Amino acid sequence: MTAVTATTTKVRRTERRRLSPGKVVAWAVMAAMVLITLLPFYWILRTALSSNTALAAHPGDLLPVDLTTGGFERALGLQSTEEAIAQGGAGGGLKFWRYLLNSVVVSTLITVFQIFFSAMAAYAFARLRWRGRDNVFGLFLAGLMVPTIFTLLPNFLLIKQLGLIDSLLGISLPTMFMTPFAVFFLRQFFMNVPREVEEAALLDGAGKIRIFFRVMLPMASTPIVTLGVLTYITSWNDYFWPLMVSYTDSSRVLTVALAIFRSQTPQSGYDWSGLMAATLIAALPMLVLFGFFARRIVSSISFTGIK
Amino acid sequence: MTVASSPPSRLSLRDIEGTPPKPKIREKRERDGGGRGDGALAALFIAPAMLGFLVFLLWPTLRGIYLSFTRYNLLTPAEWVGLDNYVRMVKDPIFWDSLTVTVEYVFINIGIQTVSALAVAVLLQRLTQSAVLRGLVLTPYLMSNVVAGIVWLWMLDTQLGIGNEIIAGLGFDRIPFLADETWAIPTIALINVWRHVGYTALLLFAGLQAIPSDMYEAAKVDGASEWRMFWRITMPLLRPVLAVVLIMTVIGSFQVFDTVAVTTAGGPANATNVLQYYIYGAAFGRFQFGYASAMSVALLVVLSAITFVQYRLTRAGQTDLG
Repeated sequence: MTAVTATTTKVRRTERRRLSPGKVVAWAVMAAMVLITLLPFYWILRTALSSNTALAAHPGDLLPVDLTTGGFERALGLQSTEEAIAQGGAGGGLKFWRYLLNSVVVSTLITVFQIFFSAMAAYAFARLRWRGRDNVFGLFLAGLMVPTIFTLLPNFLLIKQLGLIDSLLGISLPTMFMTPFAVFFLRQFFMNVPREVEEAALLDGAGKIRIFFRVMLPMASTPIVTLGVLTYITSWNDYFWPLMVSYTDSSRVLTVALAIFRSQTPQSGYDWSGLMAATLIAALPMLVLFGFFARRIVSSISFTGIK
Repeated sequence: MTVASSPPSRLSLRDIEGTPPKPKIREKRERDGGGRGDGALAALFIAPAMLGFLVFLLWPTLRGIYLSFTRYNLLTPAEWVGLDNYVRMVKDPIFWDSLTVTVEYVFINIGIQTVSALAVAVLLQRLTQSAVLRGLVLTPYLMSNVVAGIVWLWMLDTQLGIGNEIIAGLGFDRIPFLADETWAIPTIALINVWRHVGYTALLLFAGLQAIPSDMYEAAKVDGASEWRMFWRITMPLLRPVLAVVLIMTVIGSFQVFDTVAVTTAGGPANATNVLQYYIYGAAFGRFQFGYASAMSVALLVVLSAITFVQYRLTRAGQTDLG
């Protein structure tokens, strides 16, 4: 970020000439891209606030048709079955708060433990000396080669044998301890912390455990926050794995609930306003989370952050 | 959406790591076990991650390969059948169909996504340095594939979707995007482009940041156009980064599942029966865990081949992995 601001002033001065046709085209392309990116968000909102029965008559209206919060009420399960069916809903109850809580629990469990354990391992790989270190790290790196999807079936069988099917712990466990990527990502950071920092703390009589908690973790706050937010978003949005593991409301997360809500199609057609309200509520927490950390994340998605 | 302003941290990752293709200056590491070892402490630090690695990554991988040689329906113990599953796979027309459909999807998805992401990245580099725009292009990435699928299912609905309202308004025939055998795969590919293009663009943008800006300044003085600079400076210097991003996105693209599940459920007439969806159906619809595992191994082989190609392409080594 800092480097960028330094160059913009220089560029500004040379660009204060007239707008060239090429530049107009470039801005038009950029504007089109942003429009395509954001239009669906507006359309979700517009549909969610419309009355489902009136939508069919005015599919092209840019503003909500017959402004109502009925869609949100159906998504949150606040309407009686008769009322919901009358408004074109499925009448199938959606225990929204339950699913929201499940999603929060799963994503929090995964993020907190995965980052903490991965940071511990990364520290051992980057800063401690022990026999076989490089070989073990090579083994972890080989784990990067295995696509997540390949381990899902066997992991399902394992979770089943552990008796954890249909539990939040069962959904969280496989990624709670580490991902090769998280270890690799944080190790990169720890490797580059100057040795003097550690030596100074050692001279003060601090042990290595203390150094990890008091020196290394605080220094790594930026990569940890970036990794944390990306991990949270990834686990929040995961669908395939929770779909396999959860069977009942007790462990159902938002993505799975949404897909079920979509498949409860009433005879008359989709409850579009209810569906859009539900998608909006499901996506909102991530938009808020991202809003908080956007600057830090956007500037620190670096090239090594993709391996 | 407002981007919360925090003071720009002086220590951003990029400063610390130094992005490729700049050579990295790193202190020399001591050899394993040299000097006073921290064996006991290291064991403590690595234990949780090691447990997770062995139990949820290494063991399932080996077990998945083993299962592909068995017949297993969850109820009775797995029974060794040798290469039966693989023979069956080679003879299974639906498997080949789904592989073809998947490859078609990957081509459309990656082709359009890479070109668009490159365009966005270059515009963010050469036209405007707005951090707000960078944040905006990332917003679709915050949605799950399930949400993205449902939203576009609505926007592209034949009778009520805004997409078809516009098409009809312009005097064309309505297109049943997700209900038509020809349109379904390209449509799903485009939905996933919408979700991932911003993230891909930011990765490419990170690569572009490593190109010194005075190269452009110098070319400008020589009277080069932006178009010429793109082909003469940007593309050659971005090529290694582009190669890695391409391989990564291809591997992700091959594993498409969520979007298909919520939009078309493999239909119409198997037109969107992508490999992952077929595998899922075999395992959880028909309880053929052995056969599903064999197809997973086939996918693993395909993806490993792609990874190997990546390794060869980027061995010029800018990262620890390359």
